[in-house]
Amino acid sequence: MSFDIFLQYFLSGITVGSIYAVVAIGFNIIYNTTGIINFAQGEFVILGALFAITFTRTGFIPLPLAILFAVLITTGIGAAIEIVFIKWIKNPSVLRLIIITIGISIISRETAHHIWGEQVMQMPYFTGTSTSSVIILGASIAPQVLWVLGISGIIVIVLQLFFKFTLTGKAMRACAANRTAARLCGINAKMMVTLSFMISAAIGALAGCITSPITQTQYDMGSPLAIKGFVVAIVGGLGNSTAAVVGGLLLGLIESFSIIFIPNAFKDVAAIIILLVILFFKPSGIFGKKEESALKEF
Amino acid sequence: MLKVRNCESGYGRLRVLKGISLHVSPGEIVTIIGANGAGKTTLLNTIAGIIKPGSGEIVFHDKDIGSLSAEKIVALGCALVPERRQVFDTLTVKENLILGAYLHFRKKRKKEALDELQSIYSLFPVLKQRESQLAGTLSGGEQQMLAIGRALMAKPDLLMMDEPSLGIAPLIVKTIFKTILTLRDNGVTILLIEQNAKAALNIADRGYVLETGQVVLEGTSRDLFDNHDVQRAYLGKDYKKINE
Ligand SMILES: Nc1ncnc2c1ncn2[C@@H]1O[C@H](COP(=O)(O)OP(=O)(O)OP(=O)(O)O)[C@@H](O)[C@H]1O
Ligand SMILES: [Mg+2]
Repeated sequence: MSFDIFLQYFLSGITVGSIYAVVAIGFNIIYNTTGIINFAQGEFVILGALFAITFTRTGFIPLPLAILFAVLITTGIGAAIEIVFIKWIKNPSVLRLIIITIGISIISRETAHHIWGEQVMQMPYFTGTSTSSVIILGASIAPQVLWVLGISGIIVIVLQLFFKFTLTGKAMRACAANRTAARLCGINAKMMVTLSFMISAAIGALAGCITSPITQTQYDMGSPLAIKGFVVAIVGGLGNSTAAVVGGLLLGLIESFSIIFIPNAFKDVAAIIILLVILFFKPSGIFGKKEESALKEF
Repeated sequence: MLKVRNCESGYGRLRVLKGISLHVSPGEIVTIIGANGAGKTTLLNTIAGIIKPGSGEIVFHDKDIGSLSAEKIVALGCALVPERRQVFDTLTVKENLILGAYLHFRKKRKKEALDELQSIYSLFPVLKQRESQLAGTLSGGEQQMLAIGRALMAKPDLLMMDEPSLGIAPLIVKTIFKTILTLRDNGVTILLIEQNAKAALNIADRGYVLETGQVVLEGTSRDLFDNHDVQRAYLGKDYKKINE
């Protein structure tokens, strides 16, 4: 394999991988504050892209604004979902909450189907056209790839800073560490759960917007994304953001390079089998600590 | 300051507190002693708003707090150091303390909160040394100091403590009890739960004895010390081994 082909595969791997990473981080944020896996995470990605596409098609909303509106609306939907479906449940069991999120995922998907139909849509390229390319180290790369990598990187860094340095970020981590103690500090734990849905929805929507020019968007593409993100989150060790990034990139790369050995149609299977093998040897995830996974409810 | 009248509380259908009444006046150290499972923790958690009382009245600063959420109750100045410390393991010592003053930061009283942080550090110098260490890696005694420090960061009028001596070396228990006296001198009222009845009665003004969810005895610490039932059941005197 020549170097520039290798680089092509590599870049397309980390491009897809960075989206898996962002979806997995979305899982982690909600998991950390509630202990549940939100299976509607993939729908946030698709809704974000669909809204942004609709706005750009009006012809008078510039791209950055279209993305901003799409992210804001999806964030609102994330908050609404939490408030309507989850907040009021007293002493919810984890299983019940997970089933609810699966229900939410189906409802959002069907609503999107109703509104946008089955057509495959695409955001415009942020810069240039489908044929423009940048040459890096001898390989030609679509500029959109750089947008995806750059913005995903920024999402990860901004989130890290938020959780590390802001009072609200610390309060959310406190809720994850010990909900009762957090309430005793005056932290409104229920608000933090709503907030975690909003943040997950926001980053999901943003991820949907930046990848749409490359991957295209259709109403039912959320579930496969959610499953991949879920696998990444589990393999990395639930709740760990660094692990989500590494796991996401890894899955993207495995998928990308697997094309060399097996038909394209099987690449999902290959990736998931490899990840399952990892899980088989290290059940708490690559980065998970044994004690921690024993403590959590899964 | 705090009045509890005929309070009933429990978990689901299990009624643990069967009509408890007690009061705490400003400046007092009041202790509640009782055996395992008597309902001490349930009582404090009910006052703090983590468990909703089934019936009865809980009045703090002339306000009925029985139906308020835990978050609101801290805001009114009633803080709890929970049983088994419950520090935020995955956060640093400093972050734990900062979050203790969460409401003050929220209300833009940043300076007061940072001043309070300094006074907690002078109260427990070891916390200053461990400032950037994860709370989960502290020793049990240090975690207890952190839990107390975190509750104090809210600048409460009433500090409730649930068995601060649990699983801690005697020397550190001594330090912690000394601190409790210092706090009282600084104007904090204290409601202390202990199984270590002797140590608790030594520093308390008054005490209540809790048995299976009911107050069976109350009085000044002196009276309780002299009471034969208390001596036998909680102070390890006389027929300790014979009596059940
Ligand atoms: N979360 C819970 N769910 C159901 N029952 C509980 C729960 N917590 C405590 N109990 C029960 O309530 C009773 C009182 O428990 P509580 O923890 O208040 O006792 P305690 O006096 O604090 O005991 P200890 O000295 O051991 O801490 C016990 O019989 C216990 O089994
Ligand atoms: Mg207890």
